[in-house]
Amino acid sequence: MAILEVKDISFSYPDKSILHRISFSINRGDFLCIVGTNGTGKSTLLKLILNRLKPTEGSIKLFGTDSSQFKCFSKIAYVSQKATAFNKDFPATVEEIASLGLYSRKGLFKGYDREDREKVHSALERVGIAEFAGKKIGNLSGGQQQRVFIAKALVSSPDIIFLDEPTVGIDIKAVDSICCLLGELNAGGITIVMVTHDISSVIYHSNKVLILSEDGSSELISSQEFTGRSLMNLQHHSHKEV
Amino acid sequence: MEIFTLAFMQRAIVVALFISVITPLIGNIIVLRRLSTIGDALSHAGLAGVTIGLCLSFSPVVTAIIFSVLSALTIEYIRRSFPNYSEMATAVVLSFAVGVAAVASGFVKNPAGFNSFLFGSIVAISNFELATVIALSIAVIIIMVLLYRELFYIAFDEEGAYLSGVPVRSINLVFTVLTAIVVSIAARTVGSLVISSLMIIPVACAMLISRSYLHNTVLSVLFALFFTITGLLVTAFYDLKPGGTIVLIGIGVLVVLLMIRKQR
Repeated sequence: MAILEVKDISFSYPDKSILHRISFSINRGDFLCIVGTNGTGKSTLLKLILNRLKPTEGSIKLFGTDSSQFKCFSKIAYVSQKATAFNKDFPATVEEIASLGLYSRKGLFKGYDREDREKVHSALERVGIAEFAGKKIGNLSGGQQQRVFIAKALVSSPDIIFLDEPTVGIDIKAVDSICCLLGELNAGGITIVMVTHDISSVIYHSNKVLILSEDGSSELISSQEFTGRSLMNLQHHSHKEV
Repeated sequence: MEIFTLAFMQRAIVVALFISVITPLIGNIIVLRRLSTIGDALSHAGLAGVTIGLCLSFSPVVTAIIFSVLSALTIEYIRRSFPNYSEMATAVVLSFAVGVAAVASGFVKNPAGFNSFLFGSIVAISNFELATVIALSIAVIIIMVLLYRELFYIAFDEEGAYLSGVPVRSINLVFTVLTAIVVSIAARTVGSLVISSLMIIPVACAMLISRSYLHNTVLSVLFALFFTITGLLVTAFYDLKPGGTIVLIGIGVLVVLLMIRKQR
């Protein structure tokens, strides 16, 4: 059964129409990368899926429920594009930030017990930053901070994680390790939907690719097909240069 | 030490203790959300309320609370109408409040009473105001403790909080109303013109040495308690204005902490 179904959605900003009758679906265990040039609506599409924006037409279903009615927040987690662009002087530890992820499972006015703290610790271990639990988040590197946000996403044991450009602003080595981590999480059964510019993460880790075009259309292909097309483009460019 | 046996001083100390706890609790969130100007706007709204209360010979603290809460709701409304220019909301309300306070102050029969709200007064606290401050402070503390995680989440990442199911709009509304209440009840002791400083300075000091969010919250309260109690003692012995004295002590501590950090 598809856990995310996007049917004929269109969206326009007051001055620009960007998405036109986009349809696709993904199943449990998929790793979908959303790619496209700047301004094609990649982040907008995520916001539509997460009900932060309303489509001008079409429907989006998360776990069979219309996204505007979806309230089962613990099933989903989101790592935003701005994750590493937060206020670096914010006085919070890695552990405190990761604990925020428990909210979607616990809800309003609920305290956290020992079991919750263990969940946080195990999420930090899973992403390889348990040793920094007591450190202030602003004192970590960009790659380590991104791992904290992924740990925050993991503590609620979500079925699907949405990531918006998680590798922006961090060094190449950290990008590779973040992508490998996402690949491992996906292999462990978590569905991943990621907006990215990083082609290597698409080729090595995803199984589906949604390409958004400047005319507002989209195309869902397998990552093998995407790899083939990328190689052909590369050959075409190198022939031209010769 | 005889001064502490006087009823007005005892009232002032009790009020100061409560205000020292609630002001940084609110200030912590305001600073971390980079909304420091909201304290200024609401303190001026409180002053407008005080002026109206004095004109109508009604309890100035009560009218300050009413006017501040209405201003807080207006700020929320304007912020939602102009989400990309939210700071405009505080500027509009501040200007309006200053206008109301300036016009209404011309009709105040007792200028000394008006001045006591500008810079605070330890002799002017009545039994009714003492009871109001205690009751509202306890309510603010309970709500802030209950909403600790939600406010922390919103302060750190509002969008993430929304997507985790935090009722962001409702909590923002509750928080803005609490801010208005705190600003109004603190105006009597420390004064409308310096209350926003008492929200910000303890948090600024705490941020220089804190190790975590919880630590920062607790330290902010401890700093505020130190500034206020020391300020009241100095005020009592040297006959100074409490608001200004408290803020100057806070600024002094902040400068010392900044110098220590620079030397490290």
